[in-house]
Amino acid sequence: MTDGLDLPLVWAGLIAFAVLLYTLLDGFDLGIGVLFPFVRDGEQRGRMLSTIAPVWDGNETWLVLGGGGLLAVFPLAYSIIFSALYAPIVLMLLALVFRGVAFEFRWQTPRARKIWDRAFALGSLGAAVAQGLALGALVQGIPVAGRAYAGGWWDWLTPFSLLTALGLTLGYALQGACWLIMKTDGRLQRRAYDLARWLAPAFLAAVGAVSLWTVFLDAKYAANWFSWPRILLVAPVPLLVAAAGFALISGIARERERTPFLATQALFVLGFAGLGVSFHPYMVPNSVTIWQAAAPDKSLAFLLVGAAPLLVIILAYTGYAYWVFRGKTPQDHHGY
Amino acid sequence: MPELSAIELARFQFAFTIGFHIVYPVFSIGLASYLTTLNFLSLWTGESVYLRLFDYWKRIFAIAFGMGVVSGVVMSYQFGTNWSVFADKTGPILGPLMGYEVLSAFFLEAGFLGIVLFGRNRVGPGLHFFATLMVALGTFASAFWILSANSWMQTPAGYAVNAQGQFVPVDWLQAIFNPSFPYRFVHMALAAYLTTSLAVGAVGALHLLRGDNSASVRTMFSMAMWMAALVAPAQILAGDWHGLNTLAHQPAKIAAIEGHFDGERRAPLILFGMPDMAQARTNYKVEIPLAGSLILTHSLDGYVPGLKDFPREDWPPAPIVFWSFRIMVGLGFAMAALGLWGLFARWRGGLFDRRWLHRAALVMGPSGFVAVLAGWTTTEVGRQPFLVQGLLRTADAVSPIAAPAVAASLVGFIVVYATVMAFGFVYIGILMNRPPDAPSEMAEDAPLRAAGVAPGVATDLAAPEARTAR
Repeated sequence: MTDGLDLPLVWAGLIAFAVLLYTLLDGFDLGIGVLFPFVRDGEQRGRMLSTIAPVWDGNETWLVLGGGGLLAVFPLAYSIIFSALYAPIVLMLLALVFRGVAFEFRWQTPRARKIWDRAFALGSLGAAVAQGLALGALVQGIPVAGRAYAGGWWDWLTPFSLLTALGLTLGYALQGACWLIMKTDGRLQRRAYDLARWLAPAFLAAVGAVSLWTVFLDAKYAANWFSWPRILLVAPVPLLVAAAGFALISGIARERERTPFLATQALFVLGFAGLGVSFHPYMVPNSVTIWQAAAPDKSLAFLLVGAAPLLVIILAYTGYAYWVFRGKTPQDHHGY
Repeated sequence: MPELSAIELARFQFAFTIGFHIVYPVFSIGLASYLTTLNFLSLWTGESVYLRLFDYWKRIFAIAFGMGVVSGVVMSYQFGTNWSVFADKTGPILGPLMGYEVLSAFFLEAGFLGIVLFGRNRVGPGLHFFATLMVALGTFASAFWILSANSWMQTPAGYAVNAQGQFVPVDWLQAIFNPSFPYRFVHMALAAYLTTSLAVGAVGALHLLRGDNSASVRTMFSMAMWMAALVAPAQILAGDWHGLNTLAHQPAKIAAIEGHFDGERRAPLILFGMPDMAQARTNYKVEIPLAGSLILTHSLDGYVPGLKDFPREDWPPAPIVFWSFRIMVGLGFAMAALGLWGLFARWRGGLFDRRWLHRAALVMGPSGFVAVLAGWTTTEVGRQPFLVQGLLRTADAVSPIAAPAVAASLVGFIVVYATVMAFGFVYIGILMNRPPDAPSEMAEDAPLRAAGVAPGVATDLAAPEARTAR
């Protein structure tokens, strides 16, 4: 049934899809937390949380799929990458613990509200920064000897990874602001427009800086972008980035409600596609290829048989859950 | 503190994080089914008491589930950070099992949880019941896959070893339904139900003891006592089958559990004692003659293995599993006794009047969680020194990481988990402490509500009895 399919490539695509969906979905709900310090009012913060309370759990599950899926189909890459990114991964997990429990804990007692608002903000920021650091460390490449990580314990901390951390955090915050523009009204929406107005150009600048730096980081990346005839294939990516950037800025300026969010999501998709172009054909950048890292075809086929229909069903009911909670979130929606 | 190696730290970190994690899924599996039952009864009978109970336990479920999710995300990444050799070698088999867990269980739970918690008014009672059912199904699917993966590590089957030393699948059905899986799955599912019924029963008992005789309290206590009476004896049977299965496939674990260093026929059952690994004998034994053979082989003359039947380097640490097993079994019998007591009280028509029964049910509230932790300790420590029984030693599976890195992350996990767990306990305690028929709004929500959509209702709810909740 799966004869003739390049299973490792299919799975690399599916894992990439899971991680992309994660950044699109959990991106805005992490962003809500990053923006918490910029919205002082307790009730407004409650409303911000209410916009994501019914969906954050499902959003975070894409991260589990990314991690678990990597273990399932690229166990070698999983073991190398998570050893190399030990510190940022642990930081991310601890941060996610704090922000995850804050959703429930915040509503328990009045005193709890202050503590857990802070935990939610710090946890979201910590997770965003840690993911950005991990991204930067991945792009720099991970040295491997035999079947194990061969770099140092602080390799993930460089000027480049700090820049990617800044970029990703800005991006998530922008997603959060645009989500609020779409899901709220009144004072909170006004505040979200104000925040988006400076987040959008800051994010675009960071994306540009990271992109340029990446290309000059490694000759392989440059070749992936500029070699002929590949350039014809990949040229649309930066052009589309420019178009989405324009849509974003003008959407915010003209106070559209949906355009800014969609444009930001488009930028994430394009940025992700750009990473794909840079990384190909590596699973662990510049050390282990997709095919070297893959589990035996028997493992890949077994999981694919179920994953293909299940993913369709998952997307359907995830879409349904979003549809149930469509429209503006009312002020006191946390209506247990 | 003596110098600890990276592997000791990594093992402690895993034990700590999974020990913290496991109590929440157990509670969520049981509570999700309980919520589904309540939702169904509400639809079927139209009686409001079931919906009130649903709303009451829903809030507790939300916290337990959230804690389970955040601690579970940690688990799925820890194999890579601390146990990379294990991940590389067993990934081709265990990875897809966990992949199926994410795809068939985690998404199902997470996707419908929002509707269960917040969406009843948006989707209507029918779809709301369906969403609750899906969450419950998800919790079961999750237990199915993760226990299949764990059981494979206990009793590996359907695999081969490739040139890189990885375990690769040969027969998926054999790998999934490996020899110990059906027993472990049944044992664990019953444990989840039993643990939850004891917790629910304790909350009911607490409010009965306080003189709250409302329909909600009586219903919750009665349902919980039914469950305990039915499930506790079933669990003792399932545990016995599981033990026989372990004897067939992991005899060294049984020897350690029983405290037997010398294998023998007509073996006694050691009730208590102090297994001493260095002297290779169990001191201060209190034993019942012949009972060991009778229980483990269902024959007086059956052969019960001893640790000396196995190479010294393959012995699991007997003192730990000897005692953790006895804690689990002792609690199991206490639960069965409570269930019988409840049946007796019901038969004599005094289920809601017998204060000593209520006190016992209250005390037994946490016993399910303790028994689950003790049981997991028994099965996991009993597999040592192997990670995959007989094939991969724990010492060979750890990441090439330095002790300071593991130590630092361990401290981080302990601090964060201890904080979060403490708050989680407190908040679940506050919710359980609140009588189920009190108005559901929290005191501090009143002004927020008043400013919201239905000020009239909010004022009504601000009546004095709402304040007695605190």
